Amino acid sequence: MMTINGCVVVAIRDDLDDQEIVALQDQLVDEVARQSAHGVVIDISGLEIVDTFAGRMLAAMAQMAQVMNARTIVVGMRPAVAMTLVELGMTLEGVETALNADRAINAITGDRQKIS
Amino acid sequence: MTLRKSVTLKTHGDIAYARQVAGELMVEIEASAIKRTKFVTAVSEIARNAINYGQGGVITFHLAEASGRKRALAVCTDRGPGIEDVDAALRDGFSTGKSLGLGLGGAKRLVDQFEIVSTPGSGTRVSLECGPR
Repeated sequence: MMTINGCVVVAIRDDLDDQEIVALQDQLVDEVARQSAHGVVIDISGLEIVDTFAGRMLAAMAQMAQVMNARTIVVGMRPAVAMTLVELGMTLEGVETALNADRAINAITGDRQKIS
Repeated sequence: MTLRKSVTLKTHGDIAYARQVAGELMVEIEASAIKRTKFVTAVSEIARNAINYGQGGVITFHLAEASGRKRALAVCTDRGPGIEDVDAALRDGFSTGKSLGLGLGGAKRLVDQFEIVSTPGSGTRVSLECGPR
């Protein structure tokens, strides 16, 4: 987990088990608060699959960040993962996506500059 | 049908291991990336169900071959309370826990063949079958 231009960037490993995903969620929220971050970028390019549990965790992370006034963008979703999520019926409500971390950070920081 | 591997499902860490084995099996049948992703996702859903609702269980992975065509099979058995209304459990949005209720119905949509047999009081068996394309 690192912070770039006020965005907390976190990469999710493929072999995380359910408990580790929940722990990561806690860590992420702490980091957003500590850094007063205005954005969260979650890199899931390492994930071979996103099942309903992982999908729910991603949506929850985005919602938590939103409550803390940070915008969340998920990057690096594999095409097969996107297709599978649609078939599962997971809409990932409130989760924005971008092609890569650079674009996500640019989107978030550009957004901030417009406001100020 | 050849048994490839058997994974005991007790803790949430076992789900990650079952996913790994499922992925290896799909590589063995030379499945496409999308088929592999779908099968591994379906395995993840039913393995989690066995732990969360079925008091744990076992999932066995098999390789089936018919007329030169290889297929992957996963059979997950638990000794839980069973599902009273299987049709309801397969419906999207139905959950007796606090989940989204997409897992079982979702798993069914992700594979080529899906079978569920549940006996209240003695457990549930879910079979998933998937070809390479």
